[in-house]
Amino acid sequence: MSDLTRLTAAATAAAITSGEASAVEVTQAHLDRIAAVDDRVHAFLHVDAEGALAQAARVDAGELTGPLAGVPLALKDILCTRGVPTTAGSKMLEGWLPPYDATVTERLRAAGVVILGKTNMDEFAMGSSTEHSAYGPTHNPWDLDRIPGGSGGGSAAAVAAYEAPLAIGTDTGGSIRQPGAVTGTVGVKPTYGGVSRYGLIAFSSSLDQAGPVARTVLDAALLHAVIGGHDPRDSTSIDAPVPPVVDAARRADITGLRVGIVRELTGDGYEAGVQERFAEAVQTLEALGATVSEVSCPHFSYALAAYYLIAPSEASSNLARFDAVRYGLRVGDDGERGLEEVMALTRAQGFGPEVIRRIVLGTYALSSGYYDAYYGQAQKVRTLITRDFQAAWEQVDVLVSPTSPGVAFPLGAKLDDPLAMYRQDLATIPANLYGGPAMSVPAGLSDGLPVGLQVMAPVQRDDLLYLVGAAFEAARPFPVPPLAWESGKGTPL
Amino acid sequence: MTYESDLAEFAAVIGLETHVELGTASKMFCGCATTFGAEPNTQTCPVCLGLPGALPVVNAIAIESAIRIGLALHCSIATWCRFARKNYFYPDMPKNFQTSQYDEPLCTDGYLDVLVDGETVRVPIERVHLEEDTGKSLHVGGATGRITGASHSLVDYNRAGIPLVEIVTRPVTGTGVRPAEVAKAYVTELRDVLRGLDVSDVRMEQGSMRCDVNTSLHLKGEPWGTRTETKNVNSLRSVERAVRSEVERQAARLRAGEKIVQETRHFSEATGGTLAGRIKDDAADYRYFPEPDLVPVAPDPAWVARLLAELPEAPSVQRRRSVEALGLSDLDASAMVNAGVLDLVLLTVQAGAPAEQARNWWLGALAERANTAGIEAAELAITPVQVAQVVALVAAGTLNAGLARQVVDGVLAGEGEPDEVVLARGLAVVSDDAALGTAVDDAIAANPDVAEKVRGGKVPAAGALVGAVMKATRGQADAARVRELVLERLGATG
Repeated sequence: MSDLTRLTAAATAAAITSGEASAVEVTQAHLDRIAAVDDRVHAFLHVDAEGALAQAARVDAGELTGPLAGVPLALKDILCTRGVPTTAGSKMLEGWLPPYDATVTERLRAAGVVILGKTNMDEFAMGSSTEHSAYGPTHNPWDLDRIPGGSGGGSAAAVAAYEAPLAIGTDTGGSIRQPGAVTGTVGVKPTYGGVSRYGLIAFSSSLDQAGPVARTVLDAALLHAVIGGHDPRDSTSIDAPVPPVVDAARRADITGLRVGIVRELTGDGYEAGVQERFAEAVQTLEALGATVSEVSCPHFSYALAAYYLIAPSEASSNLARFDAVRYGLRVGDDGERGLEEVMALTRAQGFGPEVIRRIVLGTYALSSGYYDAYYGQAQKVRTLITRDFQAAWEQVDVLVSPTSPGVAFPLGAKLDDPLAMYRQDLATIPANLYGGPAMSVPAGLSDGLPVGLQVMAPVQRDDLLYLVGAAFEAARPFPVPPLAWESGKGTPL
Repeated sequence: MTYESDLAEFAAVIGLETHVELGTASKMFCGCATTFGAEPNTQTCPVCLGLPGALPVVNAIAIESAIRIGLALHCSIATWCRFARKNYFYPDMPKNFQTSQYDEPLCTDGYLDVLVDGETVRVPIERVHLEEDTGKSLHVGGATGRITGASHSLVDYNRAGIPLVEIVTRPVTGTGVRPAEVAKAYVTELRDVLRGLDVSDVRMEQGSMRCDVNTSLHLKGEPWGTRTETKNVNSLRSVERAVRSEVERQAARLRAGEKIVQETRHFSEATGGTLAGRIKDDAADYRYFPEPDLVPVAPDPAWVARLLAELPEAPSVQRRRSVEALGLSDLDASAMVNAGVLDLVLLTVQAGAPAEQARNWWLGALAERANTAGIEAAELAITPVQVAQVVALVAAGTLNAGLARQVVDGVLAGEGEPDEVVLARGLAVVSDDAALGTAVDDAIAANPDVAEKVRGGKVPAAGALVGAVMKATRGQADAARVRELVLERLGATG
C-alpha cells in the first residue's frame, strides 16, 4: 500500500481484514506521520505509541475484531484513559493518570480501535479555537496560522492532517462541529444520551456529548456505531438501540426528504463566502431530490445567551472538585499555609483565564437572588428552543444552516474579545440546548478555507444526519487540504 | 433558675433534623460497599471519590427505603422529583458539592405521634429527602482532635456516598414544660419506626443516626425568638440534655436582656452543655440547582401503594398491644419508652419474668445504674434473660431483694451468669434451721434485755434480734424464717 495514512477508516479496516496491511503497519504509519508533522500542527498532547502498537498487535493476532478493528484514532484529552495522561487541556490535571477508562474508551478498545494518543483542546472544552489550551494552540492544517476551531481543534486537525483517520471529540456548544467546519472534516454531535458520558470530564453535564470526527460520512457512522448505545453507568444514557447510522450512510438517498432552512441562522453575522457555500449546498440537496423550505425558530436568537448562563453554571459546580486535595495540581502546600489558602492558590494558578471567567459567571448566575433571573430564565429559554425544534419537525425532517459564521480565523484574532469568540457557536448551540443530533459536513471552500454545512435532526434520529451527509458528500466530494506547508511552501511557524 | 421555672416564663419552639444512614449494601450513587469500620479508603471508586468524568447512578433500594420512611411518617410521596447539587467546598466532600434534594423532596407533610408522660404529642414532619453522606476528616497533631491546632488532616472516603435520609420536622410548638422530653421521645420513636422498617441500624453511637436540634424561646404571646442549631447530638440522652441546656442558656441570656445569636452550637457529651460554633448567617449560599447528571425520580403510584400496604405495624401500635397484654398502663408505657426500656421489659417478660417485676427492675435499679453511668439502659452489661433469671431466683426463695441487687451488680461487673455470681459470691439465702438456729441462739444470748421484752409480749422488739441475725449472716438469712425461729425460741407468737 502506498500511503496508509491517506485511507479512509473503512478502507483501512478492509485492508487489514484482507491482509493487505497489518494493524501494526497501519499504526506505525500513523505514528510516523505524527512524528513528521505534529511539531507543526500540535494536534496531540500525548502520543501513546507503546499502547497503540500493543493494541494493533492484538488485532493482528485476531483477539479483537469488528468493522473498525485496527483503525487508528485520536482521542480528545477530555476522555479518561486508564494509565494514560488525561489533562482536559488544563494545568490542573498535568500528569494525572486516570485509574479507569471512560465508557467511550472502553468501547473503542473492545472494538479493536487503536488509540494513538490524546488530542489538544481548549481547557476543559471552553473555547472555539483551541487557543485556551494550557499547552499551546493547535494549528489548522489548511493554514498553520489559523485556528483549527475548538474546543476539539486537536481532534479535527489530527484527522485533517492525516495523523489519524478517526477522532473522538466532545460537543457542548459546537466543539465537534465548528472544528469540523473549519478543518474540512465531518463532525457529529449525537443525540444527548446517545453516547455515554461516563469518564468524560464534565464541562456542562446537561449539554456535553462525545461524538465522531472523520474524513468521510461513512467513517463517522462506523465510529458512531462503536461508541454509541446504552450505558448503565450514565443515568442520562438512552436505553434504546443506536439509530441505524451506518445503514443510512450507505443508503445516502434523500429523495423526498423535507429539509428546512432555519431563517434565524442565516443572513447577517455570516461571512459572504459562508453564505454562498450554504446557498449552493441547499441547491445540491434540492437537486438530490429533497424538498427545501424555510422554517422559523424564533427563540434561536436567545440560544447563545441562554447557553452562556447554563453551561458556566454547571461548569462552576463540575469544576469545584479540582481542589488540590485528592489529585492533580497542588500549589503552595508548604506546611505553613492552611487548606483553604492552598485550595485558592491552586485554583487561581491551575485554571486559565477563560475557565476562571466561566466559573465566576456560573457562580454568579446560580447565586441566591440571581438564580431566577439568570439560570432559571435560561432554562425557560431552553424549553422554548426545544419547542421551536418540535414545531419544526411538524414541517420538515431535518434542519440545515451554516455550521459556523466564518472560516478559520487567524490565531490570536479573537483572544481579546470573548464575545466574538462566543459568537462562533451561534448556529451550533441550539442543538445542544435541545438535545438533538447535529452534523457538520464540508461544503466547499471560501478563500481557500473550508466551510461547513450543519444538519440537525430530531432526538434519536441521528440516522437522518448520515443520510443527508452521505448524499451530499457523494454529490459534492469534500475538498482536500493542500498541506503546502509540508513541502516548505507554507507559512513557517 | 432551672429548666422548669424557665419554661414557666418562656415558651420553647424546637425543631429536629435527623440524618439516617440507610443500611443498603451499596452506596447511594455507586456500587461500593458500606460496611462500618472498614480500613480507611478501601470502600471507594471513581464515583464516590469524585474523580474527573465519573457519574452517579441512583441506588433504587435507597429510593425505596426513603419512600417507606416517608410512608411510615404519613407523608405524601412525590410523583416526580429531582436531586439537586448543594455547592460548598469541604475536603471530606469529594466533588465539593453534595448531591441532595432541595425544593423537590421525595416525601413531604407527614407527622409522628409520640407519647410523653402518658400524653400523645403530634410532631409535624416537613420533609424526608435523600442525599449522600460526606467522608470523614481526621485532624492529626492537635490536642482536641479538632481542626484548630492540628498539623495535618487525613480524610477517609469510605463514608462518602453512603445514602442518607434527612428527616426534618416543622417547628414543634406547645410542648409546654417538656420540650426536652418531647425531643427525646420523638427521636426515640423515630428510631423505633426506622428499626421496624429495617432500613437502617440506627446506631447513634456509630453515627448511623445523627440529630441536629433547633431551639428557640419566646415570651408567651410574643413572636418566636431567634433559634440556635445544636449539632453533634449523638445519643437519645443527649437530645434531651441538649434542649434542656439550650433552654437554660437562652433563658438566662434573655433575662439578662441579651440577644440570642443565630448560630450553630456543638453539644458536649462531657459537660452536657453547648458551645458556640460558627455564626450561621443567612448569606451562606449553596447555589442549589437541579443535578444534571441524574434523571428525575418518578415513583410509580401503584408501587408506592404496594409499599404502603406492606409497611410493618407501627411501633406505637405494637407497643400499645404489648403493654395492654402485660396489664400495664399508658403511663407505665410512656415511662418505659422515655427510659428506653420498653423492649427490655418485653424481652424480660418473654424470658419468664412477671411484667410487674420486669418493669420494676428496668425502671428502677437498672435505669438508675444506666443513668449513673451516663449510658442507655440497653447498653448495660446485663441482658433481659439474665434479669429474668434473677427474678426467678427471688421467686424460688434463693435470693431476697437485697441479695438480688448484689447478684445484678455482679452480672454488671462481668462476673458471669446470675447463678454463677450467686455461687462465687456465696449469696444464696440461708433458710436451713440448723444453720440459722445457732445464729438465733447467739443473738438471744447477746441481747438478753431485748429477749426479755419479747418474752414479756413486746413482739415488735423481735425485729432487733432478727436484724442482729441478718447482720451476722451478712444478709443471707431468710428473714421470715429467722423471725419465726426467734419467736418460737422466746415462746411468743407473731
